Amino acid sequence: MPKQEKPNDIEENVGSDVDSEEGSAAENEENVKVTDKGGKRSTPRTRRGHARVRARCGGEEDEDDEDGTRRAGHRRHRNRRGRGRAARNEGSDSEGDPTRKNQANEKSKEDYEEEYEKGGKSGKGKDKKQDKKPDKKGKKENANKKKKDKKKSGSGSDSDSEEEPITEEELAKLKEEVEEKKKLIATLRNKPWKMKKKLSVLKEAQLFVEKFEGALGKGKGKKFYAYKVMMTKKWMKFQRDFENFKTACIPWEMKIKEIERLCGKHTLLGLDKENRFIALLKFMLCMTICMPMHSMTRLWMQEKMGHFGSSVASYFIFLRWMYGINMILFGLTFGLVMVPEALMGKPYGSLPRKTVPRAEEASAMNFATLWDFSGFAQYSVLFYGYYNNQRTIGWLKFRMPLSYFLVGVGTIGYSFMIVIRTMARNANDDGGGDDTSFNFSWKMFTSWDYLIGNPETADNKFASITTSFKVNMVMSLLGMFCPTLFDVISSLENYHPRIALRWQLGRIFALFLGNLYTFIIALMDEINLKLEEEKIVKYNMTIWEASLYNGTIPENSTAPPIQVDPADVPRGPCWETMVGQEFVRLTVSDTMTTYITILIGDFLRAVFVRFFNYCWCWDLEYGFPSYSEFDISGNVLGLIFNQGMIWMGSFYAPCLPAINVFRLHTSMYLQCWAVMCCNVPQERVFKASRSNNFYMAMLLFILFLSTLPAVYTIVSIPPSFDCGPFSGKTRMFEVISETLEHDFPSWFGKVFGYASNPGLVLPFILLMVLSIYYLNATSKSYKEANLELKKKLQSQAEENKRRNKQKAQKSNEQDENSFETEPPQQTGGKQDESTPNQDKKKGQGGNEVKRTGQPQEASSSQALQHAGLDLNGHYLPQSRGGNLPPPSIAVTRPPAPRGYGMLGYPPGNTCFPGMQPGMPRGPPSYR
Amino acid sequence: MKGFGFFTSSNRLFFLILSCTDNYRLCILFYRYRDLAPQLVPLDYTHKPDVTLPYELIGSMPELKDNPFRQRIAEVFSEDGDGNMTLDNFLDMFSVLSEMAPRDLKAYYAFKIYDFNNDDYICKSDLEKTVNKLTRNELTPEEVSLVCEKVIYEADADNDGKLSLEDFQHMIIRAPDFLSTFHIRI
Repeated sequence: MPKQEKPNDIEENVGSDVDSEEGSAAENEENVKVTDKGGKRSTPRTRRGHARVRARCGGEEDEDDEDGTRRAGHRRHRNRRGRGRAARNEGSDSEGDPTRKNQANEKSKEDYEEEYEKGGKSGKGKDKKQDKKPDKKGKKENANKKKKDKKKSGSGSDSDSEEEPITEEELAKLKEEVEEKKKLIATLRNKPWKMKKKLSVLKEAQLFVEKFEGALGKGKGKKFYAYKVMMTKKWMKFQRDFENFKTACIPWEMKIKEIERLCGKHTLLGLDKENRFIALLKFMLCMTICMPMHSMTRLWMQEKMGHFGSSVASYFIFLRWMYGINMILFGLTFGLVMVPEALMGKPYGSLPRKTVPRAEEASAMNFATLWDFSGFAQYSVLFYGYYNNQRTIGWLKFRMPLSYFLVGVGTIGYSFMIVIRTMARNANDDGGGDDTSFNFSWKMFTSWDYLIGNPETADNKFASITTSFKVNMVMSLLGMFCPTLFDVISSLENYHPRIALRWQLGRIFALFLGNLYTFIIALMDEINLKLEEEKIVKYNMTIWEASLYNGTIPENSTAPPIQVDPADVPRGPCWETMVGQEFVRLTVSDTMTTYITILIGDFLRAVFVRFFNYCWCWDLEYGFPSYSEFDISGNVLGLIFNQGMIWMGSFYAPCLPAINVFRLHTSMYLQCWAVMCCNVPQERVFKASRSNNFYMAMLLFILFLSTLPAVYTIVSIPPSFDCGPFSGKTRMFEVISETLEHDFPSWFGKVFGYASNPGLVLPFILLMVLSIYYLNATSKSYKEANLELKKKLQSQAEENKRRNKQKAQKSNEQDENSFETEPPQQTGGKQDESTPNQDKKKGQGGNEVKRTGQPQEASSSQALQHAGLDLNGHYLPQSRGGNLPPPSIAVTRPPAPRGYGMLGYPPGNTCFPGMQPGMPRGPPSYR
Repeated sequence: MKGFGFFTSSNRLFFLILSCTDNYRLCILFYRYRDLAPQLVPLDYTHKPDVTLPYELIGSMPELKDNPFRQRIAEVFSEDGDGNMTLDNFLDMFSVLSEMAPRDLKAYYAFKIYDFNNDDYICKSDLEKTVNKLTRNELTPEEVSLVCEKVIYEADADNDGKLSLEDFQHMIIRAPDFLSTFHIRI
């Protein structure tokens, strides 16, 4: 055999690929080149194998962990193979080491290797295994490697050098297998196995993939393939890290968990004060670090899974979601409006609009004035009026008015988008689960909330479950006698709390809405007044200017440098700032009210109840004042309206989102604290997940309502002449056309002009309306089809059940008839296990015959089914059948007539129309 | 890569691949496990020490102590069926009960938990036990048996008088609250 490869070549290879995948890939390529010269082709698999072995000896310590473990597994495998070779005398069987679990895979691999052998140039005999081959060939390269391997790891190499490329089929087959294994690895965590088993399976699968992955790419595609594999790995690792990072960044995760667990536990001045203090400290630390990073993906996931655990926690999750939105709004206004103006705009005192007027100067720094957001606060970046109408500011040529306008529009647009998107997601999980066919079962298996970790909440839950069982039983009793009444009552029973919640919400909603619109109308009046005033001021201003000039012209003929302090210049009322101020004041006072309510209504009340209970004539804790409950609906509505205020006012007061972020942040802690120390668990527990979209819809509605006035003022009221970024324009949106004129080529403006022509806009709107209509119609029809299918499925199930029952009844009758004549037959485990059941029924004394018998077909098929399941290792039948007493009643009967009978009833057909109405709804043993 | 101190990185990686948790939860879980018995559980899990915590400790965790099914849960996930747990079992348990676990896996283990006598069927005695645990024995025996019959009537598709795994899965995956209630946050 040609001895092409030089030792130093190998040395180089050894050095080059100590630890990285890239290295091995590169080496593959290189080796292929070298061996091609000698008319030989070695598979990348072998190469990879060698690379691994060598790498393992080199730098395992600093390996990436994943590779490290794989390699370890690899080594074990090698050892096994080594052992196999020691016993190679038996030939090919050594390969099928009994310790291997995935024999099938191994076998297929062997086949594949054998194929190589057959086609090999050297024409080996069939019984020769690949391990021998390289030695016989005397291929130096492989021998060398083998030596190295042996020296270093004590195990040989399984180098089978192949001369011919793999055939397409085999490649496809192998690829499939590798993909399968990969899929197995990915889904392993979803398998209901013990960790140990999972671990061994995983190791095996990884080994397999590791081994054959390299063989898949061939020729030119090889490098690419290796590269792809490597990139996938890197990407996965990155994703995992990122996932961890995100988890660590979610604010209040622990807090919400705590709420869920305690859910209103009242540990007022509780015992574990220290713990709580430490937790709080830890939390503050965590919060200051990762507050700005708020991952909403996670939250959506939680919503998607319908995880709104207990309702109180759902409020806090909602609050957190709001916080996320507000963070983004804050980022927008802060980063694109406030900071540029503060850094690059003209400084304070340079313009009348940026200066406190003379009359207010004296009190401008007073706390009362600042608290009222006037004085210095009014003439700062916090409000609309401070901004100058310069088209560009600073050396960056930042388009301030344009940015201001776009941020205002973007705030609203983003909010719409996010709310609608969340709603759509929520709507997706809805649907299904509304059928009542599993009433009792669901009550039984899903009513316990595993999140509960508090004895009081648990007591409440036990009580409510007991009641619901009782109610359910009464309902079903009624249903026996009067089905229509049943429907009515069940609907009442099922929907009552939710409807009640909605009524309550609606009431508060109407109240809030009334308030809000009274406020807006008052504001509108104020605006109109200010506009009138503005006209007068404008007129006065011209007079004032004229007088100024009149007085100065005689002294100095050069007009411009009239030095008037900007504080003395008369100015217009600037209604925009006024509106912004009103909103900010409202928000702040609202926040204050909420906090004071919490402190007095919850905390002081709890203190009173707790301590005066010792010396009072009645039980305060369970009597009249008692502890307060956490009012979810009220709080949610408060949050929503507060948000509406923010949306409305943030155009005129860019500081509003910042204030709101602060408010949400503090209220999270305060309310959390209130819930945990001075509130009691709610008596009636609503499912917040259901009303979740209801809240969202409300939020959307409020968003819409709050957009209306904002848009109205932007579009149809002229901006003030001497304040704000749009001063001097007749309408605010003119800033767009101005930008188009100055910053875009002329043809763009022309195109835009044509596009905004009503002749084009109207058809476009029409088209959108049509498409909305169409989409709506299709979605409706889909929904209907869905419902129809569901109904069909349900009726099918009913039908099946009915038929089964009839069969059982019939067979039972026949069984009883043939009881004496037919000897007991053993047909399978099924039969055995049905006997105790029968005995029990008999023991109860009733002649209930419902499910005692089973048609043989069913039983045998079930036995088969169970056998199949056993093969899968899901559950084992050893515990039944064997140790049960032999059946006392013959359950089986000759199969033939039953078979005919079954053939006679196609599925979905009513088999015995006469019997149908007579079928009892409940089991016959009903008491 | 020994940042977390308790697993070798490779060990941790395996757990991450095999269980429905993330790194963060895994660390928390380990410390929770260790906090149950700091004198028993070593910080260093490199060599897989053979440590088993008794059920009394597991069942006293705040997450479990008010759960009527806590003993069953511990038994199902434990190696020996007595509720004594190794770290592996512990991780298994909370990964199944975490929100990241898929519905089918949860359904399978829920079935196991409610199958009190381990015969791979939820029979009437299992159901009675479940009801009694859920209501703290406040229903009369007649009522209990009535409820159980109702459940069997509703969910037993193949009519053998008890619920097989398929019956149970068929029923439970339609339940709107299953995922949100069969869930423990860590």
